[in-house]
Amino acid sequence: MDEKDLLLLQLLEENSRLTTREMAVMAEIAPDEIEARIAALESAGVIRSYSAVIDWERAGNGEVSAIIELKVNPERDYGYDRIAERIARFRQVRSLRLITGTYDLQLTVTGKNMQEVARFVSEYIAPMDRIRETATHIIMKSYKEHGRTFCEKEGSERIPYSL
Amino acid sequence: MRDYISKRGREIPPSGIRKFFDLALTMEEVISLGVGEPDFSTPWNICEASIYSIEQGGTSYTSNRGLQTLREALSRYLRDHYHLTYHPDEEMIITTGVSEGLDIAIRAVVDPGDEVLVAEPCYVSYSPCVTLAGGVPVPVPCLRKDRFRLNPDILMERITGKSKALIINFPNNPTGAVMRKEDLQAVADIVCDHDLVLISDEVYAELTYDGSHVASATVGDLAARTITLNGFSKAYAMTGWRIGYLCAPREICDAALKIHQYVMLCAPVMGQVAALEGIRRGEDEKNRMVSEYRVRRNLFIESLNRIGLPCHLPEGAFYAFPSVEKTGLSDYEFAEQLLKEEHVAVVPGSVFGQGGAGHLRCAYAVSRKDLNEAVRRMEAFIQRLK
Ligand SMILES: Cc1ncc(COP(=O)(O)O)c(C=O)c1O
Repeated sequence: MDEKDLLLLQLLEENSRLTTREMAVMAEIAPDEIEARIAALESAGVIRSYSAVIDWERAGNGEVSAIIELKVNPERDYGYDRIAERIARFRQVRSLRLITGTYDLQLTVTGKNMQEVARFVSEYIAPMDRIRETATHIIMKSYKEHGRTFCEKEGSERIPYSL
Repeated sequence: MRDYISKRGREIPPSGIRKFFDLALTMEEVISLGVGEPDFSTPWNICEASIYSIEQGGTSYTSNRGLQTLREALSRYLRDHYHLTYHPDEEMIITTGVSEGLDIAIRAVVDPGDEVLVAEPCYVSYSPCVTLAGGVPVPVPCLRKDRFRLNPDILMERITGKSKALIINFPNNPTGAVMRKEDLQAVADIVCDHDLVLISDEVYAELTYDGSHVASATVGDLAARTITLNGFSKAYAMTGWRIGYLCAPREICDAALKIHQYVMLCAPVMGQVAALEGIRRGEDEKNRMVSEYRVRRNLFIESLNRIGLPCHLPEGAFYAFPSVEKTGLSDYEFAEQLLKEEHVAVVPGSVFGQGGAGHLRCAYAVSRKDLNEAVRRMEAFIQRLK
């Protein structure tokens, strides 16, 4: 991993639809080398997938999301890993992290409506062995996701000319 | 009624692009490559620092020279980044933008009748400021064949017994040209031989893409006769905060300080507090913006050459300076028709003085999306010319 790799990662994170040719010009690297570098980053698991950042509220599909925090009794030899892997398998779970602080695991869950999210937590997550406590926070509004703000406008209008 | 307007007030030219400006304001969906400022908003930590300071009541004058903490931080920054050694209490003034720094630098060294060599194409305020100080601006053209660097032979031709100072700006607005150490060395020899003062506007120093910026005052014996100007507008995306700084040997600095004290008193404190945050904790954000400009430069220059506007790769600042010669139009005609027909604003190179004719200044400090759209429109325009 060198500086050029880092630049490629930044460019892709911002816009994963750039073509090889565009990236070659931007990063001052030959197209063949771009492809080789990206292939290497993919196979090393540094690039996990390519996706779009979507403002679902605006898309209006009516889904709701919640942040769920869990207190978990770790398992001998495995710590939190095995239970985390089980939780991660649910399609409803969008992200899952081990965190410091009062709680151990933090996940985001999406569902069609509040009831569905609540049911998912109470029926599937809370009853699992080793889960001692849950706290559910419904997300009311998203201001920023994946480094992108959802505000209407950034900054003010610039004048058309300045020398 | 008599004509109240002073001779100097009459003598300095009006803006060369007033007409374009008015035209652009009447249009919709203009993409402007005509702006000499970053498209980024000021990094938020810098804004927060200033907001907090205002909440704490930080709204008064500062000392004439500017906040001590800011000068000390700048002195260290200049040493660490550019090997410049300026004493924060004796050789530095915080100014209201580089704009003010230029004015007081010129007034500190120019007497009526003195000739001041101005390396052109350049920022539009240099010659008028010389005129306002009673001096006589003498253009020294930097040519495309020299990659818009200052050619020592041309400089020599313009020197007379009345020459007092030389103003240069690298990385350059509008050409993006950069002077390497050996280029500056040749200029240094001439400046020293003819006992000139060098006024070096280095406001784009941080926006140097290939290699690192060489500060004029570190070359040869220039330190003793150089006024270094820099500021926060460009590198930190802080144009509206109005903060720059002037660094010079003590005697020159003392003279400039007297002028500053009477005409400006001090630079705005809110801006100074913001600048301090920028210099202390703004490095990452600054580097992020610089790396983005570099990516845009690469994209844009490639596109310009592809659509038939030959352009050298600018090594600094955020301007491309393509030639329109092949299109058969003058730079004014090209810029005006492009604005009218395709709603893309660029600045005719002639506005920036000798050596600029036949070129356009296109600022690529706009989003990549807008840059791509501007290229698409420019290509359509050029296709129609054929
Ligand atoms: C070369 C040059 N010097 C000085 C300035 C003015 O800078 P400031 O905002 O610090 O007054 C500009 C702004 O466009 C510039 O391009």
